[in-house]
Amino acid sequence: MSDIILKAENLTFEYIQDEDGEKVSALDNVSIEIEKGSFTAIIGRNGSGKSTFAKNANALLLPSSGTMYVGSMDTKDESKIWDIRQLVGMVFQNPDNQLVSSIVEDDVAFGPENLGIEPEVIRQRVDEALTDVNMYQHRKKAPHMLSGGQKQRVAIAGTIAMRPDCIVFDEPTAMLDPSGRVEVMEIIKKLNSEGITCILITHFMEEAAEADRVIIMDGGHVVMDGTPSEIFAQPDKIRDINLDVPVAVDIADRLRKKGIDVPLNIISTEDLIKWVLA
Amino acid sequence: MGISVKNLTHIYNEGLPHESVALDNVSFEINDGEFIGIIGHTGSGKSTLLQHLNGLLKPKSGQIIVGDTDITDPSCKLLEIRRRIGLVFQYPEYQLFEETVAKDVAFGPKNLGLAQDEIDKRVEEAIGLVGLPFEEIREKSPFELSGGQKRRVAIAGVVAMKPEVLILDEPTAGLDPKAHKDVLEMAYNIHKHEKNITIFVSHNMADVARLCDRVFVMDKGKLILSGTPEEVFSEEERLTSIGLSLPPAAQLMHRLHEANHAIKAEVFDAENAAEEIFKFLGDKVC
Repeated sequence: MSDIILKAENLTFEYIQDEDGEKVSALDNVSIEIEKGSFTAIIGRNGSGKSTFAKNANALLLPSSGTMYVGSMDTKDESKIWDIRQLVGMVFQNPDNQLVSSIVEDDVAFGPENLGIEPEVIRQRVDEALTDVNMYQHRKKAPHMLSGGQKQRVAIAGTIAMRPDCIVFDEPTAMLDPSGRVEVMEIIKKLNSEGITCILITHFMEEAAEADRVIIMDGGHVVMDGTPSEIFAQPDKIRDINLDVPVAVDIADRLRKKGIDVPLNIISTEDLIKWVLA
Repeated sequence: MGISVKNLTHIYNEGLPHESVALDNVSFEINDGEFIGIIGHTGSGKSTLLQHLNGLLKPKSGQIIVGDTDITDPSCKLLEIRRRIGLVFQYPEYQLFEETVAKDVAFGPKNLGLAQDEIDKRVEEAIGLVGLPFEEIREKSPFELSGGQKRRVAIAGVVAMKPEVLILDEPTAGLDPKAHKDVLEMAYNIHKHEKNITIFVSHNMADVARLCDRVFVMDKGKLILSGTPEEVFSEEERLTSIGLSLPPAAQLMHRLHEANHAIKAEVFDAENAAEEIFKFLGDKVC
């Protein structure tokens, strides 16, 4: 159990759709284990259950049935809720909805302050967190003066300052421009290399291809689960559930349909270039 | 009807320590019926430009002439500008507020002071144009729809005003791949049906390359490059230096081209990229 940080056991989450009380399962009997220190991408259509899973991971939502364990804590245990939230941090899609203060460093301090940490320690954590996301030089600025990528990095710093073991990123790059996306992806990979377990929910397949593991959700179920090469070796299956594949996979697949024998483990642009030129 | 923007300059917080030039002497022409893409790094001035086009911001200097009306002229009525130029903001679904879809879409036309039967006609047409089933959806609350549907309802609200210029600011942001494709198709269909000028702001270079007649590139408040997608995306170094990229398929082809000039670089989508690589591999074998 020690190397599993998140464990969903037959997790079902239902919500009531409209006034007539009809129940819809956003998650239907899902069992997932997330290893400590891993980098997992979760992809799926809107409404597939990915964000609901994410919100169950730090007790923003509680299971209708089944159990979500964070470390050894059951998210239904109310006395553990602050421990759970400290262990699993969340970064959402819209940085503007997550920044609460008018100064960058104050914003990053908000989380640790709420944990009741000593001011000197907070100072130190804020500085470290901002340095970690390369935003230290902007610490005195007003968040609204920053670019989207910078704001999102501040939001990430706010989460890091809580010293979580795991961060769930719920479409953190959806609102960013290409360079902002690259900035945020680099930070995520860096945090992961420092030992933080990262769960990335995304609609960008190129981003998912950079994870160690890809989970595809559809209709509240896990429909595929494997390494990026295992997953993207099945482009037709992915398209069937109305998702995209990375462009290299798309091109390789088209070549295969023209009768060229492109190896199935080609998923990145790098791989394809090497193979074509070989 | 076309748009002519002449020497447009806008400065935020002028005279204050953090003043910044958001638009710096921007000039361009858009012809009738064009589908224009605007790309640029966050903070490049795209949104400031859009807000000028729709009269939300007034320039420090310069002119915007739509058809034969100077909308930067202080005597030009805002209602007139908004009737002719429809701006769909990012995440427009956050602006839905009415009890039913039909009422929400009717809000704009109602404010134009149109007769009720004209409003009804436009609401039905607009909901159809965004690809939603009118009868099925008209009495629903917009809040019980899916994300992609909500966004389309919000866009229908602008389309129902029949603007001559429709501006879509990142209409696909945050949508899943299927909804993304649907919204693009919708934008293209509306453009064909209404014969309007469509201005499409996006960070998705593949979409811009596929849809747009011409592309404008903004950087630090300046319009630094404009032309057909072929022309603009042939400037890889320039685009990269300002934090933009080529469409993913074009990136791949450029790198292949660098390594072997027998491979053509000017390819923007997976289909043509596969074709080109197929040709190259075929030649190599022979």
